[in-house]
Amino acid sequence: MQNKIRILVGKPGLDGHDRGAKYIARALRDAGYEVIYSGIRQTPEALVHMAIQEDVDFLGLSLLSGAHNELFPRVIRLLKEKGAEDIIVFGGGIIPDEDIPGLKEAGIRAVFPPGTAIQHVIDFIEECRAKG
Amino acid sequence: MSSFSSGQPLISCCLSTVGYSITIRTANPFEISIQRLYREPQARYNEFMALQNERKTWEQDVLSPVVKKHPERNDGILETASRIPLQRVFLPDDAGLPADHDQYMEKLGFPGTYPFTRGVQPTMYRGRYWTMRQYAGFGTAEESNERYRYLLSQGQTGLSVAFDLPTQIGYDSDHPMAFGEVGKVGVAIDSLADMESLFDQIPLDKVSTSMTINAPAAILLAMYLVVAEKQGVSPDKLRGTIQNDILKEYVARGTYMFPPTPSMRLITNTFAFCTTEMPRWNSISISGYHIREAGSDAVQEVAFTLADAIAYVEAALTAGLNVDDFADRLSFFFNSSSDLLEEVAKFRAARRMWARILKERFGAQSDKSMAMRFHAQTSGAALTAQQPHNNVIRVTLHALAAVLGGAQSLHTNSFDEALSLPTEQAVLTALRTQQILALESGVANTIDPLAGSYAVEALTDEIERRAFAYIQRIDDAGGMVRAIEQGMIQGEIEDTAYQFQRDIESKARTIVGINAHTAQDTTPIDVMKHNPQVANQQQEKLAVVKASRDESAVLATLAALEHAARDETANLMYPITDCVREYATLGEISDTLRSVFGEFRQHTTI
Repeated sequence: MQNKIRILVGKPGLDGHDRGAKYIARALRDAGYEVIYSGIRQTPEALVHMAIQEDVDFLGLSLLSGAHNELFPRVIRLLKEKGAEDIIVFGGGIIPDEDIPGLKEAGIRAVFPPGTAIQHVIDFIEECRAKG
Repeated sequence: MSSFSSGQPLISCCLSTVGYSITIRTANPFEISIQRLYREPQARYNEFMALQNERKTWEQDVLSPVVKKHPERNDGILETASRIPLQRVFLPDDAGLPADHDQYMEKLGFPGTYPFTRGVQPTMYRGRYWTMRQYAGFGTAEESNERYRYLLSQGQTGLSVAFDLPTQIGYDSDHPMAFGEVGKVGVAIDSLADMESLFDQIPLDKVSTSMTINAPAAILLAMYLVVAEKQGVSPDKLRGTIQNDILKEYVARGTYMFPPTPSMRLITNTFAFCTTEMPRWNSISISGYHIREAGSDAVQEVAFTLADAIAYVEAALTAGLNVDDFADRLSFFFNSSSDLLEEVAKFRAARRMWARILKERFGAQSDKSMAMRFHAQTSGAALTAQQPHNNVIRVTLHALAAVLGGAQSLHTNSFDEALSLPTEQAVLTALRTQQILALESGVANTIDPLAGSYAVEALTDEIERRAFAYIQRIDDAGGMVRAIEQGMIQGEIEDTAYQFQRDIESKARTIVGINAHTAQDTTPIDVMKHNPQVANQQQEKLAVVKASRDESAVLATLAALEHAARDETANLMYPITDCVREYATLGEISDTLRSVFGEFRQHTTI
């Protein structure tokens, strides 16, 4: 993994609730990472394209509309198709507990519910870095 | 001062009756200094009589015509639990407190009179309770129709339709952008056929319906009135609201379609249409709710909402409308959150500010134009995914603030909303919260019960002062549309949101269950399951509609719409209604408008 970790915070789907996404983006930037925010209403295709173009190490997906079971796995599939499965994908938003195992099975490495302290996200990123 | 000249005979009368001989020779007795007022019992007595006299005048001129027409509630609870009678409206002297007559009238007045600080109707909840209006909608039109009829059978008094995101952004259910989103956050509406199912067996002359729809508001409004027409209900009988507030979509909520200029035109078209065709319909609900959810504070919520409102009024005036012809159909929508006293003060300040803006800035003549009617919804962002049952208490606090603040209608959130869309059981608890406030708490039995609280009045003044300062900054920046285009408003909200979250992380601000009292809550809670078939069902229904309609009529009405869109003087409500009648789909109508207006793209920086 690169010295300076690069992270894309992405908003797939159509919901415009990006208070959480913007907070995560800004807080991770303040923690010393290079962070790009996609803006709202992005297709999985557009996010994957952006992630590859920007050569990021992590892709954080935020979704509050309930479409995570459709859209998150699609992002993973597209990354694989493009040979970019080394990009680590994590997620957050309004995601019921019972959906989390399925998302992890699909390849989402971590899911952070509302109220997650930013330190948990940083710990996750650093653990991934340590593992290389 | 001039408006109190009628008070003078009363004073002289009191003086002579009591036999005092203090010398008030000034032409205006209210120029007595405050210090003197509080030193001299006679002057205090005069003030007392002056306000009592105002009350009598108000009762005769304002209250009694309304009560004759709409008698007040007679449910035997217009007194406290100990049977102490409650005044309809308490005044400073009822509490034995001094008050300067002029200041009182200027800042507070009486319910239903300028500046409406104490409420927009003279009877407020003594007349009838606020409308209990739960925002609902999911899946197909048929499923949502079932939920509406359930809520109405449980005592809900108004409908509030949640549309799914593709509908809100003008995509049919079979559009690639709709993938994964069909029927998720609301009901999917593709054509008139879905709207017919949505309101099946619901008499539209009996209910009032609020629709959270913005960019394609004109299209959904057209569908609603055609459904009503098929029920035999004419447009002038319809009561309800379309949100129709595009400016806050650019700032906070994100369901924009077109750039600001054509969007503002669509809005003024609906204003003009409603003025002539649907006089009981609220043509817009100018919304601070989402601005607040996006992370603003209470002052910013009021300031940005009123700045949006000013932009709409100015657009309508530019389009040639007369302010008193449409201003009384403008309605508002605010958030109600946890800081109880500040929230109550916010609602009161917003009402007073709007009255002053309409009167002083726009020269409105009619009291109705100046009265801010608003819907409130309890905060979603204040709810926690941790220990979700605690949210029932939070919602109660939020709802109490809205009622103490004089809301006309209220949605109470369900305690499970940080986890999923609400279950039926959670929605019922939310509705019961409102019913308990109305029927058991007693706060609805006297109007504006926190008026005169030193804390609430001071906060009301301060929120007004700070929000007017923001509006001045926005005016200096060239108005709200410019301020939004420059990213100024978005930046302000983001900064406040970031600081708020930082404060939680650093424990400068405490949220129970998040950074204090974080014991694990192991009580399992049910979450709402989405119907996995909804996208397929919706796409099949859409295909059937497209196969069975008169295709040439559809094409002709869409062509007429495109032609009208190119003519800036045309009111698009009429050609849109023609399209809807022929079962042209929401996506087809939206695409036609996109082809003329273009699409808005947000450039976000953090």
